[in-house]
Amino acid sequence: MSGANGGMTLAEKILARASGLDHVASGQIIEGRVDLAMMHEQGAQTVAPFHQMGAEKVWDRERVVIAIDHWVPASTEGAAVLHRILRKFATEVNLPHFYDVGNHGICHQILAEHGWVVPGDLAVGTDSHTNMLGAMGAVAAGIGPTEMAAVLALGRLWLKVPSTLRIRVKGRLGPGVVAKDLVLRALGEVKTTGATYKSVEWTGPTIERLSMPERLTICNMTTEMGAKCGLVAPDEKTFEYLRTIAKHPMHPVYADADATYERTIDIDVDGMPPMVACPYSPDNVRPLTDVVNEHIHVDQAFLGSCTNARIEDIREGAAILRGHKVHPGTRFIVSPASTSIYEQCLQEGLIELYTEAGAVFTNSSCSACFGGNMGIIAPDEVCASSSNRNFPGRMGPKEGRIYLMSPAATVAAAIRGEIADPREFA
Amino acid sequence: MDTMKDLIEGRVWTLGRDMDTDQIISGKYLTIIDPQELKKHVLEIGLPEFAAGARPGDILIADENFGSGSSREHAPAALKAVGIGAIVADSFARIFYRNSINLGIPTIEARGVRALFEMGDTARIEMRAGRITNLGTNRSITFPPIPHHLLDLLEAGGLVEKVKVELAQRKAAAGTPRA
Repeated sequence: MSGANGGMTLAEKILARASGLDHVASGQIIEGRVDLAMMHEQGAQTVAPFHQMGAEKVWDRERVVIAIDHWVPASTEGAAVLHRILRKFATEVNLPHFYDVGNHGICHQILAEHGWVVPGDLAVGTDSHTNMLGAMGAVAAGIGPTEMAAVLALGRLWLKVPSTLRIRVKGRLGPGVVAKDLVLRALGEVKTTGATYKSVEWTGPTIERLSMPERLTICNMTTEMGAKCGLVAPDEKTFEYLRTIAKHPMHPVYADADATYERTIDIDVDGMPPMVACPYSPDNVRPLTDVVNEHIHVDQAFLGSCTNARIEDIREGAAILRGHKVHPGTRFIVSPASTSIYEQCLQEGLIELYTEAGAVFTNSSCSACFGGNMGIIAPDEVCASSSNRNFPGRMGPKEGRIYLMSPAATVAAAIRGEIADPREFA
Repeated sequence: MDTMKDLIEGRVWTLGRDMDTDQIISGKYLTIIDPQELKKHVLEIGLPEFAAGARPGDILIADENFGSGSSREHAPAALKAVGIGAIVADSFARIFYRNSINLGIPTIEARGVRALFEMGDTARIEMRAGRITNLGTNRSITFPPIPHHLLDLLEAGGLVEKVKVELAQRKAAAGTPRA
């Protein structure tokens, strides 16, 4: 627990503002005022508790976003019913910001590209990867649908101020080594419980050099460390990214120089190879160069998910795919993170490039990532994936084996039909 | 909804570490929102015999990092539909912990609890005293007191009941003419 008057970390600063206090310390219970609340299909389970609570209206309709993404368009009757419940609710309580089929995208990407979360915000969403928006210099955390009902009714929620794990990164990422490799490397050290209940604060010269899409990727997977939130302090890149799209005034805050960190991990990425998380945990991380030697056949490759399906990721894959074909023994699925990214791919000829190479280029959705819609694998199959989880059963059957890697490595696997080093295609 | 009991006793099911939400309710069942339907699939991957064998009042005892992964409330909702008496673990993932408490399930973090129990043992939990005992071996451990605001939530019967009272009070206050 940090001292009563000691310096504050980035998350502590944000939560002090959210709770209207001059100072908060880790371990303290606060009531935080919410700046942005986001729901995807799980929000359908918010509707009944909202009514049971006796709530009649939402605290601030300009701060609520609904973005359906898991089953778009609805692939089952059950999914259609969830969408229907949300549409009816949005009409009933007058929620104007609904990203519906045709204007859809993965909920976290929608928040990012429409400027819904700005520096200094406290944001909550009904999805665990809400952490991704910490890249804006905000505390962004996942909550469940009953909790969301209380947020919609009251505009606030209780939070325990988390202690902070600082990950300080220096060095230059080599050619073919990207932000995804960095976050996998960090996961290998922090492990899946190393940041449970904590805030992860990314700092250091390497982090300052990362682009906003790259920061979104590393904050996204702090969820796999167990973290409540994962943040990067806002800077000129953040302000420039949000300059024309921010929905609310920015109120950036920064960690104090004498902030108390529970733990600091130092990572030097100089000379670091691409990394892979092997079955069945995102922290089972090994250098790709070792895994390649095992000649692991890949039945399916997936370039998608909130972690890595932005335009930069799809371009990174295209640079490798150009001039090659998808291996005949491998299925390759590409699912952009939003409809606007899909349109960008269309304009740049990327859909044509992927499709002609033998990939299936789908509309935007969570797609194969969560094993509940499309891209399910068979029990004895292997998937090379740019997504964030490889737990037993994540893509369907519990035996299915998922290897997590960068978008470039995913494309390399699709071409070779086995786990491969993308640097060989440079 | 029942309010929290101070003394909870029940038959024990044990689970290993890192029991993530995919193993509690897998992705293919996420379009189901009726808890009575969901409970047929609870722990289908993590402990396949549980759904058919569990009885109301049974207690889950897990190792570290129970409920990691997604924010899906389907997982604690399915366990609640089974009538689970309590969920005790060496540690919990944060969203599961909040969801479970919000639904009014006694959810207790007790370091070392998994090592104390075998499948089928009987556990006794003293909520306020902060003690869990294996009634077969008589071995027990203590756990840190459940924070006040969480006990309030459990005593209210969960978050829905708690907010209902708050909103009703607010309404009554708004309707009271000023003196």
